[in-house]
Amino acid sequence: MRWVNRQIPRSPSVVLGALPILLLILCYLFLAAQRHAANPMDKVLPLPDMMAAAMANLLFTTDQLTGQIVFWADTVASLQRLGLGLGIATLSALLIGLLLGVLPPVRATFGPLVTAIAVIPPIALLPILFIALGLGETAKVALIVIGIAPVMVRDIAAYVAQLPREQIIKAQTLGASSWQIIIRVALPQAMPRLLHAMRLSLGPAWVFLISAEAIASDVGLGYRIFLVRRYLAMDVIIPYVAWIALLAIVMDVVLVVLSRRMFPWAHGAGH
Amino acid sequence: MNALLSLSNIWVEYGEKIVLENVTLDIETGSFVSIIGPSGAGKSSLLRVILGQEVPTRGRMLLEGKPLAAECGPDRGVVFQRYSVFPHLSALRNTVFGLECEKAPLSARLFGSARTAARTEAVEMLTAVGLGDSLHLYPAQMSGGMLQRLAIAQALIKRPRILLLDEPFGALDPGIRVDMHRLITRLWRDYSLTIIMVTHDIREAFTLGTRVLALDKRRHDPHAPNRYGATAIYDLPLHRADPPSDDPADDKASNQQAETGQQTKETIGHE
Repeated sequence: MRWVNRQIPRSPSVVLGALPILLLILCYLFLAAQRHAANPMDKVLPLPDMMAAAMANLLFTTDQLTGQIVFWADTVASLQRLGLGLGIATLSALLIGLLLGVLPPVRATFGPLVTAIAVIPPIALLPILFIALGLGETAKVALIVIGIAPVMVRDIAAYVAQLPREQIIKAQTLGASSWQIIIRVALPQAMPRLLHAMRLSLGPAWVFLISAEAIASDVGLGYRIFLVRRYLAMDVIIPYVAWIALLAIVMDVVLVVLSRRMFPWAHGAGH
Repeated sequence: MNALLSLSNIWVEYGEKIVLENVTLDIETGSFVSIIGPSGAGKSSLLRVILGQEVPTRGRMLLEGKPLAAECGPDRGVVFQRYSVFPHLSALRNTVFGLECEKAPLSARLFGSARTAARTEAVEMLTAVGLGDSLHLYPAQMSGGMLQRLAIAQALIKRPRILLLDEPFGALDPGIRVDMHRLITRLWRDYSLTIIMVTHDIREAFTLGTRVLALDKRRHDPHAPNRYGATAIYDLPLHRADPPSDDPADDKASNQQAETGQQTKETIGHE
């Protein structure tokens, strides 16, 4: 049988998918054990019990300075920044993308501006943001927004502009105005695409969040990773990275499920 | 003069390329006009001009004596070969859309008794086109024939002065096409519609139409193929004593008529 025809049923596919991950973990454990056999004080590849001990400290004891549990304080702070940034970017993508996509005059006027903003590397703007907005929360959220919004705007605008011309014409023959076409034809069809754009933007959003936190912050997942790096504390960095990965996966899954639930028509006939 | 739609000296040019030249037509209320012609002869251009999707370079169009706006409107309904329905709405909501646009300019949604009334009207229309059992299906769950039925219902609920069909049955199976022919004939008779249909199927043109227009170039310069545009080279009124009914036995009669039509065309061709 040709490889292109080898369909994997669901349960074997779960096993197959878990295999490389398990293999990678085993590899790590093997290397870590080897290093620890040579040097019991090794910090570069910590064993799971060391990670557990380090994390227990951050998870269960309150910080004397802030009176908060460090791990949860970091998580809440980072998620808040990420959520705000992603939310603002998504809303503006929807609003600007729809107008750019549906109304040719708006596209002609603001299309080049959006393109120009989109090609600026966002990290290059970070100093400007810090100077203009200070070192507080605003600058970090702004970096995420500036980093992901232009791409999302362009994606939504392009998608809406590519809706079949026949649909727009048909709507007009049914008496729809520009406004009605925007809210009843373009907006609902842009929604699944918007969730898709959010999924794709999650990765860059995390990058900008960690960057902003690494440079100027006093709490946050990214801040913590870069702080403990000074002490070579891999036993904290690795669990933090795993936690970030887990959060990102959960968000991705939530967005997929949301899209399937809310917009079944966009996910094929089966519903 | 009791022409519903009258075109005089319509020209459509794209730069150097002349697509339609000097098209002059009067279309009477209640007629079923089929437009045929080789590809590239401007059939669809003519339809787009009448629809208001395209502005003619020269010429004048009157609908019931009043100049037509150079924009699509609810006075002219349309069914395209594809993409005529909104994929994010169920059959019922696709049909209600036209009523919602008219009665709720801001929200494009109806509530309470207005909503119930609109729904009843839409259900009636959908039943008339044979989709009474499929009110809540999404377009992705429908077959090609059902989609075209839905597109027709959607257009008819606005009671357009003219219904424009752009190769509406071109993508359907021959068996389904015959069903659709019966349906459109019945609707044409029941709702006293005025229909203009573009088709590449000559048999269909003569079976359904009360008048067949053949578009082609009168002159052809082999060194400048775009120099001359197409116009109506044949304009054949078909004397259909009574419109064909749903009865399959009538099909024979209309087939015969189609053959007579073809003969007429040949005779004229030999002159």
